[in-house]
Amino acid sequence: MNVLRVDRLCKSFGSLNVTDQVSLAIGEGERHVIIGPNGAGKTSLINQISGQIQPDSGLILLQDRDITGCSPDRISRMGVARTFQRNNLFQNLSVMDNLRLALQIRHGTPLNFFLPAAGSAALSERAASLLAKVHLPIEDTRLARQLSYGEQRQLELALALASEPALLLLDEPTSGMSPSETAQIIALISALPRALAILMIEHDMEVVFSIADRITVLYFGKVLATGTPQEIQTNDRVREVYLGLSR
Amino acid sequence: MGSLRGAFAGSLLIGICDTFGKAYFQTVALFLIYLTMIVVLLIRPQGLFGIKYSNVAAAPAITTRVGAVTSSTRVAELAALLALVLLPFAVGDYPRALVSEIFIYGIFAMSLDLIFGFTGLMSLGHAAFFGLGAYAVAVLGAQFGLNAWLGVIAGVGLAASGAALIGVFCVRTSGIPFLMLTLALSQLVYTVALKWRDVTGGSDGIAVAERPSFFGLDLSRSLPMYFMALIFFVLTYWGLRRLLNAPLGQAFIGLRENEQRMAAIGYRTRAYKLLSFTIAGALAGLAGGLYAIFNGFISSDAVYWTASGDVLIMTMLGGAGTLIGPAFGAAIFLLMKNVVSSHSEHWMAIIGGVFVCCVMFFPAGLWGTARGILQRAPK
Repeated sequence: MNVLRVDRLCKSFGSLNVTDQVSLAIGEGERHVIIGPNGAGKTSLINQISGQIQPDSGLILLQDRDITGCSPDRISRMGVARTFQRNNLFQNLSVMDNLRLALQIRHGTPLNFFLPAAGSAALSERAASLLAKVHLPIEDTRLARQLSYGEQRQLELALALASEPALLLLDEPTSGMSPSETAQIIALISALPRALAILMIEHDMEVVFSIADRITVLYFGKVLATGTPQEIQTNDRVREVYLGLSR
Repeated sequence: MGSLRGAFAGSLLIGICDTFGKAYFQTVALFLIYLTMIVVLLIRPQGLFGIKYSNVAAAPAITTRVGAVTSSTRVAELAALLALVLLPFAVGDYPRALVSEIFIYGIFAMSLDLIFGFTGLMSLGHAAFFGLGAYAVAVLGAQFGLNAWLGVIAGVGLAASGAALIGVFCVRTSGIPFLMLTLALSQLVYTVALKWRDVTGGSDGIAVAERPSFFGLDLSRSLPMYFMALIFFVLTYWGLRRLLNAPLGQAFIGLRENEQRMAAIGYRTRAYKLLSFTIAGALAGLAGGLYAIFNGFISSDAVYWTASGDVLIMTMLGGAGTLIGPAFGAAIFLLMKNVVSSHSEHWMAIIGGVFVCCVMFFPAGLWGTARGILQRAPK
């Protein structure tokens, strides 16, 4: 069974077809990377899968359930988590409060209006293990906005992992990072449990080839090629329009 | 908004509605204007001809979390409570009544703070729920001879259901459209209060038939009234603080901070906004009911949109996003209203000037600024 199947998805803004008959499938535990030049419609595709944008036509199936056009919160509860290209945290809340918000929807009592949120030992334990997973200090009392940029990216990843998703969407997890920070986040992603399927947008070719099981190349909203890293590397059209342009 | 043609067409539309309304249905003319506005806002939040702009979030400046309860805040609170308990024995009837009024408006301002300061939705229609609470006490008392305390309970229920109903429409939007929708919908409530004269007394108002007793104490004397107001004020403060430190309150704060992210991690954001709006409405209804008992009288002025503006000023003056701040704002507002208006009839101008200065120099509100200084000091 595919974790995710996208079938002939279309979306246009005015006369611009950002997504044009895109189909792709992601198997269990697969690491799938989307590449393509700027404006190829990579983020728009992720936004449609996670519900931020409604597609015009086509199907999106999550574990054979139709999620096309569902709201972002519904899709999140069904098991799709995502990070954003630009950090999208609760900037004025502490690291712990950020994680509690993400954790309590699944493991807590979000409608509890009386007992202190900080009082739940079970949530604190889960938060601590998430922090350890993304290599952030466990006793972190800082506010999210006081973290360095790289640390904010790590927290962004922790928020996405909090819902224990079946599919993780990563929108340029290494954007804006220094080489050493990039190496660290790639190590983090590689160390995630193999059962977790990941769909990721990435520009850095070294990162792409170190992580990807399969690669999809988008070009002006269309799928140009899909295949293993070797197939993509040797694909003439890809070399022509994409790799050729960037080298 | 943001278009000249739109402003012209809008005024034309309202003019047409007004003329037709006045000609054919005298009493519902006001209704029509607000209904047009509501329909337009719901279908096209950017206005009839406006360009769609990104939502201007009415994010308040203050953003620190409600203080975790530490021993030093406990001591400060107990000291403040003791002072408030002793205060009425040191002063006469007039200050007691004034402070009682401050407590009641403090509840009102804190309830607005829940939706505005903590959930990040600026409402300009909060007086509607205050009014529903107050009218429930007065009207049920006058029509059915219902005890005023039962009236307060009914008022809280009525305000909560009113807020839930109005909220269903409002929470579909945020930012400026939300503000305008709350304004328009609350003006509908005002129109009912103004035009349904047989029941509400319209702008002449309606008197509360009989002041109830409070645990056997006579509320027509200032001392029991003071303690009644103090008890409800403290209960509201305590309850709201529990709420805001609990998971639900944290979710409200999360919505204020980043609604998109809240949806992305699985929150039904509209439902949570509606819940916050309903709780805030219920508390405003409580304040309204208490005010009816305190004041003995309620008229349609209390639900006019300027009353919503007043409570918004109180909240921002004290500091939206701080819990006790709006109560201070209410105190300053009412003190100025009473003290300044005895010296000058232009008290509104003076309050306005003070408000402008506060917003310019203390954008976090007076309490928010003071707390910022206090927190920085020991480090």
